[in-house]
Amino acid sequence: MNSEDIQKTNAGTDQQEVREDGKIVINETQIERFSRLNRILHVLMIVSFISLALTGMTLKFSYTSWAVFLSKLFGGFELAGYVHRFAAFIMFIVFITHIIDLIRIKRKEKKTLKEFLFDQDSMLFNKHDLKDFIDSLKWFLGLGERPEYGRWTYWEKFDYFAVFWGICVIGSTGLTLWFPEFFTQFMPGWVINVATIIHSDEALLATGFIFTVHFFNTHLRPEKFPMDIVIFSGRIPLEEFKLDRPKEYQELIEKGELEKHLVEAYQPIVIKTIKVFGWIALITGFSIIIWIIYAMIFVYK
Amino acid sequence: MKIQETNKQGKMKVNFSYIIDITASGSFLKIFRSILVSFLYLLVLPVSRYAQENSDCMMCHEDNSLSGTRKGKQISVFVNQKTLASSVHSGIDCISCHTDLEESDFPHKEDVDKAQCKTCHDEVSAKYEKSLHGKAAAKGDRLAPLCQDCHGSHNIKGVKDSKSLIAPLNIPALCGKCHKEGTPVQQQRNIEQTNIIENYSESIHGEGLLKKGLIVTATCTSCHTAHDILPHTDPGSSIARKNIANTCAKCHAEIELVHRKVIKGALWEKEANVLPACVDCHQPHKARKVFYDQGMADLDCLGCHNNRDIKASGNKHSLFVDYSIVKSSRHSNISCSQCHSGVSPSHIRPCDSITQKVDCSSCHAEIGEEYKLSMHGTLEAKNDPNAPSCSECHGTHNILGNKDSKSPIFPINIPNLCAKCHREGESAAVRYTGSETEIIENYTESIHGKGLMKSGLTVTATCTDCHTAHRELPHDSLLSSINPNNIPSTCGNCHHGIQEKFEKSIHSAKFNKTDKALPTCDDCHTAHKIIRADSEGFKLKIMDQCGRCHEVIASTYFETYHGKVSQLGYTKTAKCYDCHGAHDILPIENPASHLNRRNIVQTCQKCHINANKQFAGYFTHATHHDPQKYPWLFWTFWGMTGLLIFTFVIAGIHTLLWLPRSLQWRRQLNKKKLIDKKNNSGNNE
Repeated sequence: MNSEDIQKTNAGTDQQEVREDGKIVINETQIERFSRLNRILHVLMIVSFISLALTGMTLKFSYTSWAVFLSKLFGGFELAGYVHRFAAFIMFIVFITHIIDLIRIKRKEKKTLKEFLFDQDSMLFNKHDLKDFIDSLKWFLGLGERPEYGRWTYWEKFDYFAVFWGICVIGSTGLTLWFPEFFTQFMPGWVINVATIIHSDEALLATGFIFTVHFFNTHLRPEKFPMDIVIFSGRIPLEEFKLDRPKEYQELIEKGELEKHLVEAYQPIVIKTIKVFGWIALITGFSIIIWIIYAMIFVYK
Repeated sequence: MKIQETNKQGKMKVNFSYIIDITASGSFLKIFRSILVSFLYLLVLPVSRYAQENSDCMMCHEDNSLSGTRKGKQISVFVNQKTLASSVHSGIDCISCHTDLEESDFPHKEDVDKAQCKTCHDEVSAKYEKSLHGKAAAKGDRLAPLCQDCHGSHNIKGVKDSKSLIAPLNIPALCGKCHKEGTPVQQQRNIEQTNIIENYSESIHGEGLLKKGLIVTATCTSCHTAHDILPHTDPGSSIARKNIANTCAKCHAEIELVHRKVIKGALWEKEANVLPACVDCHQPHKARKVFYDQGMADLDCLGCHNNRDIKASGNKHSLFVDYSIVKSSRHSNISCSQCHSGVSPSHIRPCDSITQKVDCSSCHAEIGEEYKLSMHGTLEAKNDPNAPSCSECHGTHNILGNKDSKSPIFPINIPNLCAKCHREGESAAVRYTGSETEIIENYTESIHGKGLMKSGLTVTATCTDCHTAHRELPHDSLLSSINPNNIPSTCGNCHHGIQEKFEKSIHSAKFNKTDKALPTCDDCHTAHKIIRADSEGFKLKIMDQCGRCHEVIASTYFETYHGKVSQLGYTKTAKCYDCHGAHDILPIENPASHLNRRNIVQTCQKCHINANKQFAGYFTHATHHDPQKYPWLFWTFWGMTGLLIFTFVIAGIHTLLWLPRSLQWRRQLNKKKLIDKKNNSGNNE
C-alpha cells in the first residue's frame, strides 16, 4: 500500500467493516511487540506504582493541605498505610513473576544463560546501545540521521533497569520501615531514620522520573503524542513499526519470522478502554508531578 | 492507833529535817529551843490525847522559817498570826479547819490533809462539789481550783473587804489566773470562749467594774455564780440558754421593758428556745458589742414597708418589702434592723436615723475583708459604678444559700451570674484588657461548662472555683488564685492527683529553679476553652502548645514519621506526651523519666509491642539538616539528593535535545500520512 491508498481507505473508512455478529473488523496488519503477560504485568505495575506514590506522598508532603485531603480520601493514614503495603506486595509479585517469566522463556528458547543474557533481543546494555546513544546524540545535534532503532532502545533499557534498582532500594528500605522491630534486632535504631530518607528520596526520584522522563520518552514526544498504547495493546500497525524500528523489522524479515508476529487489530472498544486507562494514568502522574513541584518549591518545610 | 503509828514514824522525820533546817538557819537560840521542844515531845509522847489550843500550834508555827514537806516538796508551814487575826476566821481554832490534827500527838504527821471548809460551809461545799470545778477536782485534775485557790487560806477575807481575793474588783483577775488567754486551762481544757478576760474588760461590765470601780456591775461570778459553776450545756447552769435571762435579770430587772419591742416579754421566759436568749445578741464577755440597736421588731418596720405604694422620697423607687421573701430567705431569722442598722426605736420613724447602707460585713466580717482586697472590692471602694457589691450577686431580701438551686450563687447559676457583667459587650468585658475573649461562651462549651450546665454536675468547676467567690483578682496579682504561681494549686483543688504529679515535674517552679517562664495548667489546657484531654482536637493542638516553647525540637519531630502522621491530622501516633509524659515530664537523667535509659524501651513498647533497646535508638526528632548531630542522615540525604539531581539533569538534557528532532520526525511521518491515519483511526473508535 502506498500512502495515497492509505489516505483513500481512511477517508472511506473501508478499512473498517462491521461483521454480522456486530463486531468491527479493522483491516490493518499489526505486529505484536509485547506478550500478554508482560502487558498485564505493566498494568499491575502502573496501578501499584501510582497507589504507592499517592499514599507515600501523603506522608512525605504531610505539610501540604493536599496530603491531608488525599490521606482522608484513602480513609486515614492507617488505611493509606495498608494500601501502600498491599501495592508494594503487588509490585513484588509483578517483579517475581517477571523473573520467573524470564526463566521460562530462557528454557523455552533453549538458550544458554550467556546466549539469553547477551543476544540481540536481551534487555542488557550492549555495544549497539552505545552506538545508538551516540548516534542519537548526533541526530539531536543535527550531525546525522535518526538511528535505526532495534527491538529495544537504550532509553527503554534504562527505564527497565531503573525499575530493578528502584525495587531493590525502595523495596529493601520499605521492608525495614515495615518491620522496624525485627530489623533493629541486628541494626541500630538510626538505620530506620536513614531508611526513611532513602525510601522517601528514591521514591521521589522514581515518581519524578517516570512521570516526566518516561512519560516524554514513550507518550509525549511529538511522534507519539498524546500517548503510545502499545504497552497495553501489545501491537502497533506494521507500517508504523517499519518506520520506528527499521532494524528490528529488517531482522525479522531476514529471519523470516515476521509472519509469526503479525496479528489482528483490537476492537475499537478495547482501544477505547485502553485509552481511558492511559489517560487516567497520565493525568494522575502529571498531578503527582504538579503536587511534588508545589510541595518542594512553594511550601517546602 | 493507826494514826499514832504513822505519827511516830513522822516524828523522827520532822526532827531530822529540823536539824538540817537549823544548820541552815544558823541561829543558836533556835537550835536550843528546837532541841528543847524535841525533848519535851519525847517526854509527853506516852501521855497523848488532848485538845490542842491555837497557842499549842503557834508554838511551832509562829516560826517563819518552819518548813515541812508535802508530797515530797519542802514548803513553809509558817502561820502569820496577824494575818490570821485579821481574817474572817480569827478566833476559830486551828483544828476546826485542820480537823485531821485534832488530838494528834506532837510533833504531828507530815502531809497534813487539806483544811476542811466543808465542816462549816457545808452548803457552799455541796454546790462546789457539783460544779465544774468540784467535779474536776474530784477526778484529780491538777488544774482544778480548790477553795483556797480562790479564797486563800489563813488570810481569808470577806467579800466586802476590798483586799479580799474575791472582792468584785479582784474577781476578773482571780478567774483570769486560770481563764486568761494562754493559760493551761484555756489551752488544755474544753473552753469554747476565747479572750474571755480581755473581752470582759472591754465590755460594758468590765469597763464599769475595772475602770469606773462600779462594784455592783457584773463580774465573772455574777453570771457564772461563785460556786456552782456549770457549763452552759448543763440545764442547771446559770448560763444555760433557758436560765440566762434570769441570770441577766438579776441586775437588769427591767430588761423586759427595754426589750419589749424585740420580744413580747412573757414569751421570753416561757419559750426560751423559740426566742433569742440574751447572749444571742449580747455576746458573753463582749456585752457592749450589740448586734443591733436596742431592738426593733420586724413588725415595726413592716408597719410602713408592707405598703406596696411606699416610695423613696428622693428617687421614687419602691420601698415595699415582701416579708414572705425575707422569711423564705437565708436570713429568715435575722431581723430587719440587724442589717439596716442605725435605727432609733424611740423615733416616730425609727429608720430616719439610718445613714449607712447595709453592711454585710458586720456579720460576714471575714468575707467582707476578702471582698475589700478583691478587684470587685477595690473598684467598689473607688465608687466605680460598675463595681458589684454584695447584693449584685447575692440579692437583697431574697438571699438564698448556695445549696438552693434557685439561688443566683447556686453552682449552675454562677456562669450566668458572672455573665451579667463579663459577657462580651457587658460592663466588665468592655473594660477588660486581657487576652481572653468570649469568656462565657467558651466556658459554656468547655468540659467544665458542659459538665456544669449541660450535665448539671454541680461539683464541676464554675467561675468561682478558679477565681474564688470573694477574692477574685487579675492574674498578675500575686495573691490571685489565677496567678501563674497559684494556678496549679487552684486546679489542684479538684485535680489533686495531677497537681501532685505536676509539682514534681520539670515544668513546675517547685521542681525547676529556672528564670525561664514555666508553663502552668492553662498554657496547655487554656483558661476557658478547656476540652477533654482525650479528644482528638486537644491531642493535635497540644503539639503546637509544646512547640511554642520547644520550637526546634517540635519542628524536627514533624520531620519524622510520628510527626508527619500527626500533621496529617491523626492522633494514633506518638505525640509529645506519649513519650515525654503529660504532667510528669522529667529530664531524661531522672530515673523516673519516661525517657530515662531504664524506661525508654517500655515507653516505646506502649505502641511498638516488640520494641527492643536498639529500636529505642530511633531518632524521634531527627533532621537531615544537622551534619554534626546526625551525620548519617545528613550525608544520606545529600547523597540521595545528588543522585536525584544528576539523574534529572542527564535525562532532562537528553529530552530537551530530543524534542526538536522528534517534532521534525513527526512532520516527516505526517508527510507520509501515517500520523493522520493513526489519528483518524483513533477518532473513529
